[in-house]
Amino acid sequence: MAKATFSVWRGDNGAGAFREYSTEVSEGMVVLDAVHQIQAEAAPDLACRWNCKAGKCGSCSAEIDGQPRLMCMTRLNQLDLTKPVTVEPLRAFPHLRDLVTDVSWNYQVKKGIKKFAPRKPDAEDGTWRMQQEDVDRVQEFRKCIECYLCQDVCHVLRDHHLHDQFIGPRFLVYAANLEMNPIDTGDRLDDLRKLHGIGYCNITKCCTKVCPEEIKITDNAIIPLKERVVDEAFDPLAKLIQIVTGKIPGP
Amino acid sequence: MSHATVPLTRRRYGETMRQDAWWVEPLIVFVILTSFLVYATWAAFQNAHYTAGPYLSPFYSPEIFGDSPHAWFGPKPGWWPAWLPFSPALIILPFPALFRFTCYYYRGSYYKAFWADPPGCSVGEPRKTYLGERYFPLILQNVHRYFMVTAVLFLGFLTYDVYLATQFTDAATGATSFGIGLGTLVLAANVVCLGGYTLGCHSMRHILGGWRDQFSKNPAFRVPYNCSSCLNRSHHRWAWVSLFMVAFADIYVRLCSMGIWTDLRLF
Repeated sequence: MAKATFSVWRGDNGAGAFREYSTEVSEGMVVLDAVHQIQAEAAPDLACRWNCKAGKCGSCSAEIDGQPRLMCMTRLNQLDLTKPVTVEPLRAFPHLRDLVTDVSWNYQVKKGIKKFAPRKPDAEDGTWRMQQEDVDRVQEFRKCIECYLCQDVCHVLRDHHLHDQFIGPRFLVYAANLEMNPIDTGDRLDDLRKLHGIGYCNITKCCTKVCPEEIKITDNAIIPLKERVVDEAFDPLAKLIQIVTGKIPGP
Repeated sequence: MSHATVPLTRRRYGETMRQDAWWVEPLIVFVILTSFLVYATWAAFQNAHYTAGPYLSPFYSPEIFGDSPHAWFGPKPGWWPAWLPFSPALIILPFPALFRFTCYYYRGSYYKAFWADPPGCSVGEPRKTYLGERYFPLILQNVHRYFMVTAVLFLGFLTYDVYLATQFTDAATGATSFGIGLGTLVLAANVVCLGGYTLGCHSMRHILGGWRDQFSKNPAFRVPYNCSSCLNRSHHRWAWVSLFMVAFADIYVRLCSMGIWTDLRLF
């Protein structure tokens, strides 16, 4: 069996260093398997968050060879094993221990987005009627597993640490999911511009590239939201139509 | 909004743990866009060799004022300031140029390639401050939809140019007859590529129905939105192909006009 070396970040609260571990690897292994093997063989105190091992819980997010990825979905044959494989915690969030970060900021952000506000039920039993073609768009957004890889790779959060002014790609997807929902009546566009900092996104598409669910975050969520914000705040013609008709965006 | 304390140290410019050649893509974008800008600027200032037979270079179309038979209103007007260089291309090129400059796809690309903001995904940045597109001048990127409308008008002009490129005049008799040359196909391919790029633009997609939440109540929007979305999925490819094609069409007409290349008459 072949051996591979993993350079794993060890330390608490941001302080620490890479430590190298060699372990045997075999066909079909993923990085999470290797991390578990390292825990079993050499570092039982290595902290790492994981759960489903199937790319659906979004727990094992890390930076592997500098790229934000799910450890459970990164097969070793996708990596160059002739050099040590680096495994680091997410850099956009406060570090706790080894590969574990505190992602609770995301939960607070979610609370700050206006909640789903459905229109009056369509039927007397309190239910709504929706056509499939009306929910096709938002179903893509519901694939999100909240792994926060998109938040991690976004340079607005990662490099500029504008957590207090920008909600990040994950929550722009969440807002798009609500804004485009055919029975939602809420208006989040003003908040998106003024509170949630959609203007900080400069469309680098890094979030789209790292999404394990292959959600077209930039093209299908962020840019359509930016266009809706333009309708509301930057387009004089749309504003004129709004003044004349009383409203622009319709269901 | 809640704050998050991020104690991990900020990375220096270009610093990354990535092991792949992340710098190749922004470098290619930088080289191609710079080359295109230099060539297009040079070509626009030439004010010569932009027509050949029935062909008109897309850099000079529509020719509002100019010396060729394609000009709408005749030669350079008398009121044109003497200090201002004149070329038919200088009058019209700002519109397609600003359409591309404000395009969502190009924005993401040139922010990386020209401004290193960021240089690559998960690669350290050179600057500490960041304003995004929230303030002047980048807040002006929001006018993209207006340039998109001008781009649609240009598509109409260029389509008409393709029709004109099928009307060949016999030098001896002065009679006009239908024909197709290699240049006709080049100009037609240019319209197809520009159409693919313009009609799949994110602003176009929004105007064609993206702003609606329910297509079932407004079926007239369904087909246009789906068609635009289909083109939008390859928007980046259309962006590059159309950029190459428009430059190639200009080069083709220029070479024919200069006598370096003889147009191939297919029938």
